[in-house]
Amino acid sequence: MIKVRGLVKAFGVKPVLRGLDFQVDEGEFVAVVGPNGAGKTTLLRILASLTRPTMGEVSLAGLQLPGQSGAARKILGVVSHQPLLYGDLTADQNLRFFGRLYGVAELEDRIPEVLEIVRLSPRRYDLVREYSRGMQQRLAIGRGILHRPELLLFDEPHTGLDPDSADMLDDLLIKVTGEGRTVVMTSHDLIRAGELASRVDILSGGKIARSVKRGEIDPGELNALYYQVTRG
Amino acid sequence: MAEGVGAVGRVGRGSALGGYLRAIGAIVWKDIAAELRSRELLGSMLVFALLVILIFNFALELDLRVRQTVTSGVLWVTFAFAGTLGLNRSMAIEKDRGCLDGLLLAPVDRSALYFGKVLSNLLFMIIVEAIILPLYSLLYNVNLFQPGLIVVILLGSIGYVVVGTLLSAMAVQARTRDILLPILLFPVVLPVLVAAVRATTGILQGLPLEDFQAWLNLLIAYDAIFLGVAIVTFDYVVEE
Repeated sequence: MIKVRGLVKAFGVKPVLRGLDFQVDEGEFVAVVGPNGAGKTTLLRILASLTRPTMGEVSLAGLQLPGQSGAARKILGVVSHQPLLYGDLTADQNLRFFGRLYGVAELEDRIPEVLEIVRLSPRRYDLVREYSRGMQQRLAIGRGILHRPELLLFDEPHTGLDPDSADMLDDLLIKVTGEGRTVVMTSHDLIRAGELASRVDILSGGKIARSVKRGEIDPGELNALYYQVTRG
Repeated sequence: MAEGVGAVGRVGRGSALGGYLRAIGAIVWKDIAAELRSRELLGSMLVFALLVILIFNFALELDLRVRQTVTSGVLWVTFAFAGTLGLNRSMAIEKDRGCLDGLLLAPVDRSALYFGKVLSNLLFMIIVEAIILPLYSLLYNVNLFQPGLIVVILLGSIGYVVVGTLLSAMAVQARTRDILLPILLFPVVLPVLVAAVRATTGILQGLPLEDFQAWLNLLIAYDAIFLGVAIVTFDYVVEE
């Protein structure tokens, strides 16, 4: 589903990604962990075609980026730590807007369906600016899955969530993965990443320094491995 | 109610042009719906425009004949300043909550996003102008209800918004966006302002069309050229 070869991204003269190779198969759930500034968000933004790579090859479902980014965005759902929602619109209006933008079929049926999935049906006509952080993040997930994407990118989705909201998000992530979607999630939470993902990639020095499949090591060992890799 | 996230990849079908127009319409609808709720953008533009014409009215203390000659300048300074305020706010709303990324993720040609923002910015500017014109007429005792003037205001506003939307998308990435936009915008939009002021003066003074036709042509050419430039460059402006 995702193939990245020799990816380099520099901001000015400062390289963030230095010849990164990364592959995700269809239906896989990959968590990318790494210290602040390691390039996790940059990697996700390149996959989402929000940032142009300096060098290297990136393809999603066989579509080359940035050349075929328009087509690639059709199969892509993105949930960031920012909700990407309009506070002055209701949940219904936000989903209606993004649904029109994505050309979602049967939008009138899809909106209540999505609100039910993210458990926000009772607040459908409330302004998003009146939502709690957790509710906004749930609606952001609703926005991300509205057009039924094959590939979901989550950029630190648990940031700022209380434990209940974070657990609810985990339930949703498990549900989404269970339906055969491919998921890439960046996170600082090693335990959560290890529990949710089928593979954890440790990003350090602008490259994927280590890759660990679920079951290969226990959470305590993952922690030790992370510090060993990131502290060099 | 279905609990699943839904079958993968069932995005609605339709022609590319249909999707393009639908995206433009969605952005205009969204901007109007948000503005009806907040009244943030129109409110600030209107108050600012009103203050400008009031200040000029008291500062200049003009007789009727001189008022006829300064009207075009005062009008366009008012529209330009109020317009800058609106352009800044319009793009800041997109940027502040990361909504610009939400727009850029849409599977449509990014020029559709640009056109959508241009149309809503133009709509807000025209609303402000439609309110300011009668007030100006009352305050300055000048008849501004002339069809030719409406055409010039429309052409000038289009040029201003076409360039302003592109540059506001550029400026919004910077921390100093409030200052950056006028610094970037006014030099580029100077031909529009000069042409609009000259054409407005010609109409208000009742000159024959040939006397200010060149300024109208300049406005039309500017609108067309910068629209083309913006369509080609918008994608590069908004992508990191």
